[in-house]
This record gives sequence, structure tokens and C-alpha cells, in this order.
Amino acid sequence: MYVAVKGGERAIENAHKLLAEYRRGDQNVPELDIRQIEEQMSLAVSRVMTEGSLYDKELAALAIKQARGDLIEAIFLMRAYRTTLPRFGYSAPIETSKMQISRRISATYKDLPGGQVLGPTFDYTHRLLDFTLAANGESEITTDEADTRLDQNMPRVLDDLLRHEGLIQPEERPENEELETVGDLTREPLEYPANRDIRLQNLARGDEGFILSLGYSTQRGYARNHAFVGEIRYGEVAVELIPEELGFAIDIGDIEITECENVNQFKGSKSAPPQFTRGYGLTFGQNERKVIAMALVDRALRDKELGEEIIAPAQDEEFVLSHSDNIEATGFVEHIKLPHYVDFQSELELVRKMRRETTEKQAAQQAAE
Amino acid sequence: MTEQQTADSYNFAYLDEQTKRMIRRALLKAVAIPGYQVPFAGREMPMPYGWGTGGVQVTAAVIGPEDTLKVIDQGSDDTTNAVSIRNFFAKTAGVPTTDKTAEATLIQTRHRIPEKDLREDQILVYQVPIPEPLRFLEPRETETRKMHALEEYGLMHVKLYEDIARHGHIATTYAYPVLVNDRYVMDPSPIPKFDNPKMNDMAALQLFGAGREKRIYALPPYTKVKSLDFEDHPFVIQKWDDICGMCGADNTFLDEVILDDVGSRMFVCSDSDHCNERQAAGHRGPQNGDASYTPEAAE
Repeated sequence: MYVAVKGGERAIENAHKLLAEYRRGDQNVPELDIRQIEEQMSLAVSRVMTEGSLYDKELAALAIKQARGDLIEAIFLMRAYRTTLPRFGYSAPIETSKMQISRRISATYKDLPGGQVLGPTFDYTHRLLDFTLAANGESEITTDEADTRLDQNMPRVLDDLLRHEGLIQPEERPENEELETVGDLTREPLEYPANRDIRLQNLARGDEGFILSLGYSTQRGYARNHAFVGEIRYGEVAVELIPEELGFAIDIGDIEITECENVNQFKGSKSAPPQFTRGYGLTFGQNERKVIAMALVDRALRDKELGEEIIAPAQDEEFVLSHSDNIEATGFVEHIKLPHYVDFQSELELVRKMRRETTEKQAAQQAAE
Repeated sequence: MTEQQTADSYNFAYLDEQTKRMIRRALLKAVAIPGYQVPFAGREMPMPYGWGTGGVQVTAAVIGPEDTLKVIDQGSDDTTNAVSIRNFFAKTAGVPTTDKTAEATLIQTRHRIPEKDLREDQILVYQVPIPEPLRFLEPRETETRKMHALEEYGLMHVKLYEDIARHGHIATTYAYPVLVNDRYVMDPSPIPKFDNPKMNDMAALQLFGAGREKRIYALPPYTKVKSLDFEDHPFVIQKWDDICGMCGADNTFLDEVILDDVGSRMFVCSDSDHCNERQAAGHRGPQNGDASYTPEAAE
């Protein structure tokens, strides 16, 4: 006997209760503290802040806890919260040359003014599981203070060093920069062709995995642009706001960011001479994988500017920008689990009809033979 | 900001007033150019893209405290997502909700148009996944916008023609493209083509929201909406050999219900309110048994 679907409300309510129970896991195990996530899963926090495009470590940690460690779900929670926040202004551009450096390296020079500063990196660790961590047997960690202070003058490799020779693509300041405010793709719909400000925003919010794969594809010959990391720096920068009523900048706090500038060999085109071209990447917190990949994709997307032929997915602005957002992507991919029985019913009718027609045609053919 | 704040301290109907104004501006433009897709700065909503965020934003922008809201998914008020969206507005806007098509002033729908004729004092809001009818013929937005601007719809006609050449009929059964006001080709959202004729000359205002794709479009009341076809292959809607097993209706969109694993099936109206109303009026289908069907009994 057919019973109409009813009681969805109660089912949803119960599903939520069960979800809460699964999230908590075995209640004999101590509950995670937000501060623990913030301090000990700081790279997850970095990613959630970046792709959630909201700098707030505590909220990111909360989102990670609530999402049971599903970072895309956590990013979604951040985005949904962020969109409810009022805008009280736009900051002045951050000065990454004035960064309080935790890490700064260049792949293009062995040594350079300011030096190579390794900082906290996995780069030279041997990936061996550390069982003392499993036993919570970590002893107190101390780091030694350096004998010499970091050079206050930490020039940026691309702008301050390479530029002297005139070999690097200049980053032109638009003439009307004062008038033309930077776009904001959270307030205006994305339209094509997009300018670089919007492209970079999109990439910064874009899914780390997607950007990583696209960047990788450029290295494997799909729009190869042979890149080196000119410089990566990670540390704290001040955010300044210029309130209209004051007319001068005030410091509203520090944020941790990672920045990457790539240099790419460029043989020249009809419209641009041979030179080193550049790609740029930036994230909140520490995330070198993302900034390097982002810089590769940024460079690939500068094809029009440099008069290059568009031959690969990473160069295709509409392809990249329309599919980079993991909240959009996960929503649409997962929505096919919602009821579609009306559409399916229509398809059923069609497929049955088409099969009937095919069978009839075949039967008619056989009868004729 | 309106004074009306819900207990949860969210603004009335969740969105802030500035965002609502932005959406209303897009809606006005959409109504002024029927069938034209207006880009709007869609917001992240607290439900996922693909769950109806476009429809939810449109509803949030037009709903008022005096409205009565009905939400359907696949024709039914009781599918989980319809329940979830209805609860969202019951909570954030505190408006009364209803299952009855006739009692609603605002109806948000996914994939169906109610069977009952809608009135001038009603608004129908559609959730739209892919607003661009030309998208599967041309993936690039830059190209499809140009095609709309130049009224260059040859590609669509070629696609429909190829269907006829290959299958003898047009092989599209839902999201069947329509021509609006003799100007724009429009995606009616994934409603079955059975519902297409209801869009034509409808008394109610029809609004379409695509959240992920950030597009809004509209059909003002009494707009001409024509399903694309050819003179020698006129548009036809789906027909069933069966009637509704519960209410006996022979003119509604029917869902097929599998009863066991040996191929027994029955058909039931997809519009649950329409079906219940007919049963309440004494109509009976072949599978309805003796006990009169009530939603409570079924629960």
C-alpha cells in the first residue's frame, strides 16, 4: 500500500540530533577545545580563513570543530557567517615589504639582501610518523634566539632586486587607481572578461586542490610558463584603515599572511618583448602550496595581457574562475542527491518511448527482410 | 533596517535591507525585460548552493509580514528540502505558512508549477540551477550573452531539429526552452514540459532566482511564453495512460511509485496539495482503498 511521503520535519530534526552525536564521537574522550584547534591545527585554520575569506582564527577553529574536520564544510560556515557582516570600509593596501618576517626564501638567488630565512617549514623534515606525538609524550619545546636580528631591510626580490635590470615585467599602477576602486566579487557578480583584481580575489578564495591541480597542469606542458619562486614570505603585516572623518591611516590590527611571487621565463610575443613575467599568490595564515599554485595560475591567466595563444585550461579565464569556488562546486555537485523524481519521471517516459520506437523500427525492418 | 527582528536577532527574512534592495533592483530590471537574465550579487546563504539559494534570496527580498508562504519541491510540500526552506522563513520572517496553493500569497517552488491556476495576487518563485538555456550548447558566458543580445537562437533550433531528425521528436522533457514575449529564449528551470503551458499568460508574477550562477529573471503577469517547436512538429506535453491512484485525476503530472520488487507500480499526483484537495472533495483513485486518505493517517 502506498503511503504518501510525510513527516519530513521530524526526520530532519532527528537527523540533526544524530549528526551532533556523530560529531561528538565517543563521549568518554575529552571534547576538543576551540583553542586547541586554533593552536595545534593552525594550517587547517589558515585554509579555512583563506577560502572562507574571513580572517578570524577563533571562528575558523569553531567552524572546523562544528564541521567535524571537513574543511570545505568549515569554509562554508565561515562564508555564510561572513556574508551577514556589515562593511564599514575597505583597508589601505597592506605593505608586505614591511612584514614582520617569520619565513622568507627565494629560489632565484643563493643569497640576497635580508638573507634566506627558513622559519617554520616542513620542507626538510623526513616524513616519518612521530610516535612520541601519538603517546602525547612531547617534552617542552624551546627554540633558541638568533644571535643576530633579522635585517630590517628585507627587499622584495621582484620589485627591489630584479627590477634594476629592467628584466622583469613591470606591475603598472593604473592611472586612475584613486578613482577606480578595487573590485569586490562578494558584492558584485563576476562578469567576463574579469580584471586581475577580481581574478586574484577569485583565486585566493578558490579551492586549494583545484588551484593546485591547475598550477600543476601548467608545469606539465598545458600552457607551460616555466616558473621559479622569486620569493615567498610569511609573517605578520599591519592592516590600516583610513576613516573618512580622520583622513589618515590607523592601524586596526595585524594579520598573518603568506605571499608568493613567481618569475617566469617569457620569450616574447607580438605585443611584448622577451622578459621575465610574474605571477602572484596570497593567502591568510601559512599556506605555501596554495600561494605557489595560485601564482602559477595567475601567470597563466595573464595570457591576453602578454599576447599569448590560449591553449590550455589554466589560461581560460571563464573555465578557471567559474569552477574554482569549492562552496559553489560542492553545492552543485552534491545537490543531485536532492529529490529529482519529477525530472526522472519525465526521463523515464522519454526513454521508454524511445526504446519502444527502436523496437518497433527493428521489428518492422525484420518483417521487411 | 526594519524594526522587525526575529528572536534569533537576524533581520526580517534573514537578509539585510541593503542586500534586499540590491535584489529588488535586479527584480525590477528583470520584470521590465521579461526573460532577460539579470546578473546580481548573490550572497552566500546558510544552505548550500543547489538547494535553492537563488529562490530563497528572491523570496527573502519580496516577502512581507502579511504574506502567507508555501514551499514545494517536486510538487510536494513534504519533501525534506521544502520543509527545510519553509522552516527557514517561518523562523526568520515569522510569516504564516500553508500547504494550500489557494491560501498562499507567495509560493517558492523547485521543479513544478502547482496544478491549480494561480491568481494576480500571488507570486511564484522558482529555484533555478542553470539559468542559461544555451549553456549546454555553448559553455561560455561571454558567448551566450552575445547570442541573446543578437537574438541569435539558431543553435537552439538546430539542436531541436537534430532531435527530430534522430528520434522523430524533441528529446527534451524538462527544462524545455521557451521564447518569452517574442524576444528572449529562457530556461523555465527544470520543470517538466507538462508545466510549460501554465507559464503562458499566467495571472501571477513569476520570479526566477539562480543563486550559484547569480542571475535573476522574471515573467510579469500575462506574459506570452511559447515553448519552442516547429510548425510540423508542434509542442506537446507528456500524457499518461494511467490516472492518479489516490484521487483519480487524469489531467495532472503523475509520479510513478514502485510498490514492490517485481514491477508493481502505481501513479500518484506529484502536486500533493491538489491531490489531497480532490480526495477531500470525495474523488477516489483505483488504489485508494476504502479508508479515505488523510495526511495525518499516512504519517
